[in-house]
Amino acid sequence: MNDQLRQRIVDTIAKDRVMLFMKGNPQMPQCGFSAAVVGMLKETGATFGSFNILADPELREGLKEYSSWPTYPQLYVDGKLVGGADIVRELHGKGELAKLVAPLS
Amino acid sequence: MAISPDDIRARIRAALPDAEVSVSDTTGGGDHFAATVVSATFAGKGPVDRHRLVYAALGDAMRGPIHALALQTETPEEYQRK
Repeated sequence: MNDQLRQRIVDTIAKDRVMLFMKGNPQMPQCGFSAAVVGMLKETGATFGSFNILADPELREGLKEYSSWPTYPQLYVDGKLVGGADIVRELHGKGELAKLVAPLS
Repeated sequence: MAISPDDIRARIRAALPDAEVSVSDTTGGGDHFAATVVSATFAGKGPVDRHRLVYAALGDAMRGPIHALALQTETPEEYQRK
């Protein structure tokens, strides 16, 4: 991966404290797993940023390599990968998602 | 280039020889799967690193034939508790 793409990935992850890389956007998810994570984030009431990887093939492939994670959605908090739909669902089930994505006081 | 649950199971077992692996084809279409992987290798690792181990075992298959993989990763102790 070239430095320019790597930097663009780092900058995009840093756009919001809670950042969801997904297929489509929160208003119109293009995949059931992305829709599920959007739904769970909305249930927490947290604000989050999102990025539609379908609209950016270069970043879509680059982020997979950057994070060693081959699928979408990918949820990041404070620049760190929280996981995909399975992990987010597990955290939400345990009540831990809301704490993780709550605004810093 | 479809892949079978047995192929997925074999790839995971090749990387994690102690693993108990169950895989189901959730739609019958050979591209959406659900897998439960139980291995002592997961001990002391968080969910992200556990999933990464399984994704690494599946390698290129994650880039093509497998469109979706719902994944549950547990240590034998965690699995016993359920």
